[in-house]
Amino acid sequence: MADIAHANRIEPLSGRVGGAAGVSLTPAGAAYRVSLRVDPAAAKTVSKKLGLELPMTPKTSVQNDKGRLAAWLGPDEWLIIDENADPLKDLEKITTLHSAVDISHRNTAVLVSGNGARATVQSGCPQNLSDRVFPVGSATRTVMGKIEVVIIRTGEDDYRVECWRSFSDYAFILLSEAARDCLA
Amino acid sequence: MSGANRIKGKGRLTPAKTLRFKFDNRILTAVEGDTLASALLANGIHLTGRSFKYHRPRGMLSAGPEEPNALMDVGRDAVRRTPNIRATVQEVYDGMQTRSQNRWPSLAFDVGGLNNLASPFFAAGFYYKTFMWPKAAWKKIYEPVIRAAAGLGVAPSEPDPDHYSNHFAHCDVLVIGGGATGLSAALAAAHAGAQVILCDEQPETGGAFHHETDATVDGQPGWDWAQAVTAELRAMDNVRVLTRTTAFGYQAQNHVGLVERVTEHLANPDPSLPRERLWQVRARQVVIATGAIERHMVFANNDRPGIMLASAARTYLNHFGVAVGAKVGVYTACDSAWNAAFDLKQAGVSVPAIVDVRPDPDPALVARAKELGIEVFAGQSVLDTSGKLRVKSMKVGKASGGSTRDIAVDALIMSAGWTPSVHMYSQSRGKVVWDEESKRFLPGRNVQDCVSVGACNGVDDLAEAIAGAMKAGHEAALSAGVEAGKPPAAPDAETQTSWAGSMMGSAGGAGPDTTVKAFVDFQNDVTAKDIRLAVREGMHSIEHVKRFTTNGMATDQGKTSNIHGLAIAAEMLDKPLPQVGLTTFRSPYTPVTFGAIVNHSRGALFDPTRLTPMHGWEETQGAVFEDVGQWKRAWYYPRAGEDMHQAVNRECRTVREVAGMFDASTLGKIEVVGPDAAEFLNLMYTNGWDKLEPGRCKYGIMLREDGFIYDDGVVGRLAEDRFHVTTTTGGAPRVMHHMEDYLQTEFPHLKVWLTSTTEQWAVIAVQGPKAREIIAPLVEDIDLSNEAMPHMSVREGKISGVPTRLFRMSFTGEAGFEVNVPADYGKAVWKALWERAEPLGACAYGTETMHVLRAEKGYIIVGQDTDGTVTPDDAGLNWAVAKKKADFVGIRGMKRPDLVASGRKQLVGLVTKDPNTVLEEGAQIVADPNQTVPMTMIGHVTSSYWSENCGRSIAMGVVIDGRSIKGKTLYVPMPDKTIEVEVTDTVFIDKEGVRLNG
Amino acid sequence: MLLIHCPYCQEERPELEFRNTGEAHIERPKDIAGISDEEFEKFFFIRANPKGVTYERWRHIHGCARFFNAVRDTVSDRFVTTYKAGEPRAEVERGDDGVLTVKGAAQ
Repeated sequence: MADIAHANRIEPLSGRVGGAAGVSLTPAGAAYRVSLRVDPAAAKTVSKKLGLELPMTPKTSVQNDKGRLAAWLGPDEWLIIDENADPLKDLEKITTLHSAVDISHRNTAVLVSGNGARATVQSGCPQNLSDRVFPVGSATRTVMGKIEVVIIRTGEDDYRVECWRSFSDYAFILLSEAARDCLA
Repeated sequence: MSGANRIKGKGRLTPAKTLRFKFDNRILTAVEGDTLASALLANGIHLTGRSFKYHRPRGMLSAGPEEPNALMDVGRDAVRRTPNIRATVQEVYDGMQTRSQNRWPSLAFDVGGLNNLASPFFAAGFYYKTFMWPKAAWKKIYEPVIRAAAGLGVAPSEPDPDHYSNHFAHCDVLVIGGGATGLSAALAAAHAGAQVILCDEQPETGGAFHHETDATVDGQPGWDWAQAVTAELRAMDNVRVLTRTTAFGYQAQNHVGLVERVTEHLANPDPSLPRERLWQVRARQVVIATGAIERHMVFANNDRPGIMLASAARTYLNHFGVAVGAKVGVYTACDSAWNAAFDLKQAGVSVPAIVDVRPDPDPALVARAKELGIEVFAGQSVLDTSGKLRVKSMKVGKASGGSTRDIAVDALIMSAGWTPSVHMYSQSRGKVVWDEESKRFLPGRNVQDCVSVGACNGVDDLAEAIAGAMKAGHEAALSAGVEAGKPPAAPDAETQTSWAGSMMGSAGGAGPDTTVKAFVDFQNDVTAKDIRLAVREGMHSIEHVKRFTTNGMATDQGKTSNIHGLAIAAEMLDKPLPQVGLTTFRSPYTPVTFGAIVNHSRGALFDPTRLTPMHGWEETQGAVFEDVGQWKRAWYYPRAGEDMHQAVNRECRTVREVAGMFDASTLGKIEVVGPDAAEFLNLMYTNGWDKLEPGRCKYGIMLREDGFIYDDGVVGRLAEDRFHVTTTTGGAPRVMHHMEDYLQTEFPHLKVWLTSTTEQWAVIAVQGPKAREIIAPLVEDIDLSNEAMPHMSVREGKISGVPTRLFRMSFTGEAGFEVNVPADYGKAVWKALWERAEPLGACAYGTETMHVLRAEKGYIIVGQDTDGTVTPDDAGLNWAVAKKKADFVGIRGMKRPDLVASGRKQLVGLVTKDPNTVLEEGAQIVADPNQTVPMTMIGHVTSSYWSENCGRSIAMGVVIDGRSIKGKTLYVPMPDKTIEVEVTDTVFIDKEGVRLNG
Repeated sequence: MLLIHCPYCQEERPELEFRNTGEAHIERPKDIAGISDEEFEKFFFIRANPKGVTYERWRHIHGCARFFNAVRDTVSDRFVTTYKAGEPRAEVERGDDGVLTVKGAAQ
């Protein structure tokens, strides 16, 4: 029993590269992800445990100095992403009524970067992603082409597009197609 | 000089930049910037095609998107070829190949032209009336012949090799139209700081300045001013100028569709460029500046090649430097045609006569004509024309009779005035209003956040139009929430061209008492006479007239014909024109390619293809896949020499004799968490969940409120407050939606949350007598013994060093496990298990074997053995309905009278008398095979397979009161034979269920 | 494509993010197991489908995932207002211009 080989982790977009003039498409690294559900009135204690202030404003996200990110998805729903530490560990002992479900492997993400990044994402997304209503730090669940995604604007020219793993091939191809015309 | 009719020094093109293109079998020369129409005219070619119905020779009518006649087949090679391209819009590029349409065998000699001789028989409604009898002849004789002769152009047969892109765009102000008014509005909005998109369908902005060279704005020629403003706009960060871009549809809440033609004018386009871009613009404010379209005169034989709109002739002259003829006649009811005549005359073209239907045209125009030596016929009409493939002469005289004069011409230009382009306004759901004074339909109240400016709003004066547009652009910025500051001062503007004067309906000599062919709609070959006939035959609504005559249909959507048709109908109905009403302007305003609308959504992007984490391994094993929704699932794993039947038989046998591994990852999974989780499941499922202990699982049935089975699945309890729910593969999203619906809206008091975990877990089913032996060495922290982990239990631990939720459950009837691991580990864990399984003689099996094995055990598949009208009792699942619960979804619905009455179809087993006969799924079942057709059908087959393990075929079906007639013989009539079946119970193997506990 | 104001996200979002889920303000009877056939018919099968003012449920399924209620004018296809599930039915009135507004709301 001692020598059970540890199974390798194979991410759905592993090895993919993409982009065009003006934009790069990179599969995001493996990350811990938690779907967190808690009454917003009780969010304070959860925030403390997580080490970040859960955002209460629709369409926003918060990232702490350790790189842990919390995106508002609904009035009692947050997506927590952390590439280093498992947020579930921090929530283990918490007594506040909540639901924390591991979705680390359910989702994967494509990082879209460059001066054509917005146009690339906007090609499939009907939501207004312009600065005025979607500044850096914005996060939203929405649609891109024929799939559901979560789009997080992580920088001036940087977007993280999260989707369920089996839709990631579609997402990557659509973004690649859109990238070709991102400087239009 | 390219083309004999090119006039030196005229136009805005650079003569040195020549291009070559092919027209039918001729190689012709064009100049860069030419449209196909201007290039043909430069080469003296007016004849471009044959008309739709009568196959009459036709040429260019216009110089823009309103063109009804000059539709061509245009392409760069055999696959990149598009029919019905308007020659007046398509720019020429080097090497372009064009062909005329609707002619056989050649343009000049066309057999279909016989239709023209037979035209008395081809009046409006001809097809409806003539080919009605005998009925059978329609399909076999009439329709094929008519279809072969009809239609516009020939569709390409190859897949489109180009690509298209989509852009969702958001702006403060969208300006539709880049003429003087559109540019002015865009400039004002842009200077106010608004995000502006300006679109224009021509290659260059400037609108009417293409032809009106006698206008000045801000002290410059109008064209130069337009180009300077455009350059200024292009240089601004907050402005996007889109030329060659048509706004084709105005949808709800200022959602406007634009198509930008990106490469259609380029000889060697960069292959990375899309052929077209679809811009889905969402604008806070829309400024409609779509201008106006000139109407033709409706008179006898007004469709000969060489007869065209005056503004078009003026555009060809002033923009393209092309004279449309050497001897040009003018027929008008509007001032602007006079200016066209003057421009032609001054360019050295002979203009023998201006015929104006108005008895007293503007004396200044008359004086100017006299000065230039042009004879004026005021108060007279062009009564007829001659010329076979090109107009040769016009007959001028009074409509009331008297002497006439034939004047030799090789072109005849005309104007019946200008129709404001209100289509965008109309598509925005605004109602056009008749303006009695100017006799035209104008935009009424704005229903959306938009405004119409300039000629499309009935403002003909240039200075007034520009000033109004500047104000409108500024106000649009303000309304969009931009802090706009003061509006810019409007520039001085003036023009020598007046648009005064107009007539609608038939001109002199083509009135109700005549039988001449005076065309209203060139594209559909609709004459004034056809419209009158339609009214006489009882079509009193303009929408009926349109459909009876086809006036205003097809690619040009009545841009030049609608008003004339309406006026003629109104005259016949003896009603004021606005009472007859205008037909609806539907989108698209001009034809839009399927490519642009589909854009990215083709090939791999037509529909997402969902693959499981183990898909790659399955491929290397030679699996054949089947589509299950968007998923690709391994169907069966054929080995060398095996067909599907043999592979499935082997897999079925192996699972029951040894073991098999099955990829069940696509099953829907929902994590239900919270103190009220069990209470919530009590409401969602027919069964009770309170007593299910953590670590145990249960099969659950979910109903809709109407009492019919909605979904099923195994639910495991991981903790007091945490359940792992599984759903069918296809049911995953709708079950989640269904549960959320009840949780949020009916049971919001329950403290419970739902999270979809379908894709968090890869699921490997290991089933069969050796299942435990396969997994055991890889599992840590879980006691797998029968006693510690009996059938229908769940444990959390590790497998291959990674976390697992290990279910002891079975959809095969064998002892088995479903190994859930985080999805990224799925493939590695599968391979580790396979390394154990293969040497033991186990196999990988696919969905087909899964189906057979479950059917051998009588396990239903929701959606196959149920169809949305099956109750738990119908399916024999009453045991899974809690009797003591006060409430669950469906509790009342399933007690409805019809659902508890006898005579319902019940699920039963069916065995054929001949064990080798496999029934067809969906086949109908009857009690008496000798009854007359139509027979009384008492049920149908839902599942049917060859069962290798039973050594015979097995089937399930639903039969009226089926459970009470077990042992009885029923019949399945098929086209070639009738199959005898015996009704049985639904379990075919291991009826006691001992194997589950092995 | 419509823009729909989500009362939870507090802004207009594209229709593609939403799903219509039928008529609003039809409450599931608390004692559903005990109701008569007629009552069940009324609750489950009978829908208003009016021309004009319609109360309907929507879900911001590809957004915040919340269900909410909306008042829409089926003639103009315009939303009058949207509000959270569980909030009382919004009363509306039609002005002289034919446009629907929420009763008592500031013009």
